[in-house]
Amino acid sequence: MTDATLVTNGSADTTADTMAASPQGGRRHRRRYSQLSRADKVWLSLMVGIPTVIHIMFVWVPTLGTVALSFTKWDGIKLGSWEAVGFKNYWAIFTIFDPKFFPALFNNLILLVFLGGCSTVGILFAYLLDKGVRGSAIYQSVFYLPVVLSLAVVGFIWKSVMFSQSQGLFNLGRDKPIDFVGNSERLFTFHIPFLDSPLGLTKNFAALLVAMAWRHIGYVMVLYLAGLKSVDPSLREAASIDGCNEWQSFRRVVFPVMKPINVVVLVITVIEALRAFDIIVALKEPVGTTVLGVLVKKNLTGEGGGQVGLGSAYGVILLLLCLGFIIWYLFNNYRESES
Amino acid sequence: MSDQTEHSPHPRDVGFSINRRQMLAGASALSLAAFLAACGSDEKSAPDTTAAPTTTAAASPDSTAPVGSTAPAPSGDTVTFGSNYSDDKPKQAIQAAIDSTGLNVKVNTTDHNSFQDNITNYLAQPDDVLCWFSGYRMRFFADKGLIGDISDVWDGLGDFNDSFKSASTGNDGKQYFVPFYYYPWAVHYRKSVFADKGYEVPTNKAELVALATKMQADGLIPFAYANDGKWPVQGTFDIINMRTNGYQYHIDLLAGKESWTDDRTKATFAAWAELLPFHQENPNGRTWQEAATALENKEAGMYFLGTFVATNSTDQAYLDDLDFFNFPELDSAVGADALDAPIDGFMMAADPKNLEGAKALLSGLGSAEAIDAFLAIEGASVAASSAADTSGYNKIQAKSAELVGAAKNIAQFLDRDTSPDFVSNVIGDAFASFVADPSQVDSILSGIEEQKSTYLG
Amino acid sequence: MSNDTVTSRAPGRSRPLRVLTYVFLTTMALLWLVPIAGAVYSSFRPYADTKRDGIFSWPNSLSFSNYSEAFKQGGMGGWGGTFANTAFIVLPSIVLILLLSSFMAFAVSRFSWRFNVPLLLLFTAGNLLPPQVIFKPLFAMFEHTPWPDLLSDTDTGKLLGTKVAVIIIHVAFQTGFCTFVLSNYMKTIPKELNEAASVDGAGVLRQFFQIILPLCRPALAALATLEFTWLYNDFFWAVVLINQGSERPITSSIANLGGQFFSNDNLIAAASTMIALPTLAVYLALQKQFISGLTLGASKG
Repeated sequence: MTDATLVTNGSADTTADTMAASPQGGRRHRRRYSQLSRADKVWLSLMVGIPTVIHIMFVWVPTLGTVALSFTKWDGIKLGSWEAVGFKNYWAIFTIFDPKFFPALFNNLILLVFLGGCSTVGILFAYLLDKGVRGSAIYQSVFYLPVVLSLAVVGFIWKSVMFSQSQGLFNLGRDKPIDFVGNSERLFTFHIPFLDSPLGLTKNFAALLVAMAWRHIGYVMVLYLAGLKSVDPSLREAASIDGCNEWQSFRRVVFPVMKPINVVVLVITVIEALRAFDIIVALKEPVGTTVLGVLVKKNLTGEGGGQVGLGSAYGVILLLLCLGFIIWYLFNNYRESES
Repeated sequence: MSDQTEHSPHPRDVGFSINRRQMLAGASALSLAAFLAACGSDEKSAPDTTAAPTTTAAASPDSTAPVGSTAPAPSGDTVTFGSNYSDDKPKQAIQAAIDSTGLNVKVNTTDHNSFQDNITNYLAQPDDVLCWFSGYRMRFFADKGLIGDISDVWDGLGDFNDSFKSASTGNDGKQYFVPFYYYPWAVHYRKSVFADKGYEVPTNKAELVALATKMQADGLIPFAYANDGKWPVQGTFDIINMRTNGYQYHIDLLAGKESWTDDRTKATFAAWAELLPFHQENPNGRTWQEAATALENKEAGMYFLGTFVATNSTDQAYLDDLDFFNFPELDSAVGADALDAPIDGFMMAADPKNLEGAKALLSGLGSAEAIDAFLAIEGASVAASSAADTSGYNKIQAKSAELVGAAKNIAQFLDRDTSPDFVSNVIGDAFASFVADPSQVDSILSGIEEQKSTYLG
Repeated sequence: MSNDTVTSRAPGRSRPLRVLTYVFLTTMALLWLVPIAGAVYSSFRPYADTKRDGIFSWPNSLSFSNYSEAFKQGGMGGWGGTFANTAFIVLPSIVLILLLSSFMAFAVSRFSWRFNVPLLLLFTAGNLLPPQVIFKPLFAMFEHTPWPDLLSDTDTGKLLGTKVAVIIIHVAFQTGFCTFVLSNYMKTIPKELNEAASVDGAGVLRQFFQIILPLCRPALAALATLEFTWLYNDFFWAVVLINQGSERPITSSIANLGGQFFSNDNLIAAASTMIALPTLAVYLALQKQFISGLTLGASKG
């Protein structure tokens, strides 16, 4: 297990520092793990108990609440005024709101594939920056810059500075400006047998993907860079002595060693693709760019906000998609750590 | 809901009222009463006689039972006020209006868009008095019991005619709203452009199409067009529907009583599709400010929008050059006597902390002084109060009042005449899809009809 | 990792390849900067100019006046301003998040409990949930929880509408992620350290505060950077939970400037630039720890 050794190497340095600093830590005792005292047990219970209660109470209880609400009709105003309707909201999504639901789901799917590609670019950036480029810190900061910007800012930048038909950079010098934000024409379409309308990638969603890439690549780059820092340089040297070229050494040595980070990046990519809604809302949800997260938000929090049942049902669908992935990931992650 | 309450204010009443000047005196009596009550200088519950020493007050029959009798607000008791006037200038204007009431008011300003988006959440813990819009949008919350009955405040409001009163009335016949100002939607243009090119203001469809065609030949975009945020083109729908099918059908359609797949509705969309080629391309990705700039820069000849279009510029020469006309008739049998003129105003929380103060504030805001103070700073709208001082009106305001006064029926605006979540979840996308590709009209309309029941049912 | 290691790692690649790398990275960096540069550039120009000539035109005049105006109109300054509001929400949240998640991580990574893995699963999964999904029930909970908010003059007697409500949801959500990172990090610290300490009679609390916590400094720094960025930029929770404009965080300043009618893009650009500065400063200040802190946490799966 190369990666285990690496990590111990890394932490051994810091451990040594601290041991020098704290006198009691300096002596090494290899005794049996002693039984905890009563007071310690109490403290430990509190340490586990307080965060757990807060987390369950304010994250999981409301989640279950949403699941319950998805089977009701409720205007969201008075507690108890809900009315059980069974699966009616879900039925409505698949029969009445199918022209909204399926394109939104499809956009999520496109986003998933696209952000996957962006992650690769982020990895490439990280890889190049990790190889001792001069001014690496500056490049890092530049690529990371979009991540620290708030969405209101990102929305403004792309809408007014880049995409605007009258003054946007992408439309400079064009006689016929392109409507990047509003054009919901599809670049390609295909028919799904049981759907009324075809699915496809709209032009404005494609434009929006550019803005998303701008943010996502920097995020992945930083995570990956953090991982690469822990790859033992001697490994790569060994690879290059063995006659591996750049690609081979990355493919055969670095990438496999980076498995834990790869998984983290994968999870972040998938979850971001499923949960995305804020950048679209920041651009005022142009038609054709709807994703599931937007449908949830609009039905639950919009003016009137009267369709809590329907909004919750959208939410539960989103939840199931996310949970499916979360469970796969956690299973993968903890099975390894337990072994 | 009864038919009656769904009507927006009646015609001529809404507009100007130079001939109702006598009410001015009554109004000053009201606000004086409010002022005295607020100061609390007089412990006996100020009857209106003490508050209205000026004799002309008797001229107004409504000057009985004003604020003084209902709300002797104790001194210093703060009233909280939820404001969505977040822009710099309107913010100063609303502050001036509040100051004119002389009450101790704490203003809570949140930005206009999130105030609107979050109104349901906001109403879980509202301020005593809050800004809102008239029409279905107000009734929706009245029906849910989220806002307070202010019928007794209305007993003291003498300066609004019946049409404003009905626009402020909930489905239960009680009043929930104090109107403040309104602004009509009309076709804006630059006088200089029309003069240079010899254009005439069109009064019917043939003239409109001829004018638009001529503008295109002259290298102008006939109509500037924008739809960022998905509400601007709803104005186009409103006016074309009212011109094609009349006011009553329009209101019934929005209330869910008529079908979106009806031939009459389709006729509206056919007319819209016919006029669409005269509009600026790709409206969906353009803000109304950009479209207004196209008008200002003489790239476009006309722009159909609310009179707030003027707020996009500070160039006085342009503002002097700006004028508007009523959207021409499309069908002579229907005429051109209906239009959108949304009213903005105030509501009271269902259970305000300071009930008396809230009512005193609403009375004060319903007075001529308040709207005069407001319009002195932000002059893009027209006072709802018939006692307001119209002498300081600029051209646009005077003409707005005239236009609305001449109209026979006044609608609020699409998102105020029907359920707001129906608009934000269904109509917004549907209309945006239509202007992007009018050939899809049939599937778009059947989609609206299908989804309507979820929100209006 | 020191600079020496970095430079020594650079293998003797061919010169053209190195040049190519620099050209590629520099081009990309410039592309990355263009949108931001456009916004910053327009923030120095009067609105009338850019409205007439477009954002990318030669300037007639440049000044900081948009900044002072945005600062004033956006209500950013002072103790009641939006910057202060953000600080009152973000700083306590980060302290609580880091404290609670290091408690949790300490307990599950240093001691064997039967519920270790299920708890970690729960926490990590919770952090990955889409926040808007839990909004409505949470809102109802806050609405019906009495809470005398003595620090605020807009007390409603309910938890809803207070900064505390926003802090609670941030803490509840983000503790999941931080526990995950920290527990991985703590697993890399040799167990002997605890044993030694407990033999010396140090209780659990002392082991935690005197031994483990100091060792976690890089991870804590990295998490503080990330959490600062996320919480600082949050707009959703602050807007749905706080209905007093004067209590809302900095992100609402831009919305205030965006307004109903007149919208001065250059003013918004100036506000955007100012708003971005603190997160940028935090990132630059903690950049080194940021990378190393994430490293150890994440690479030990």
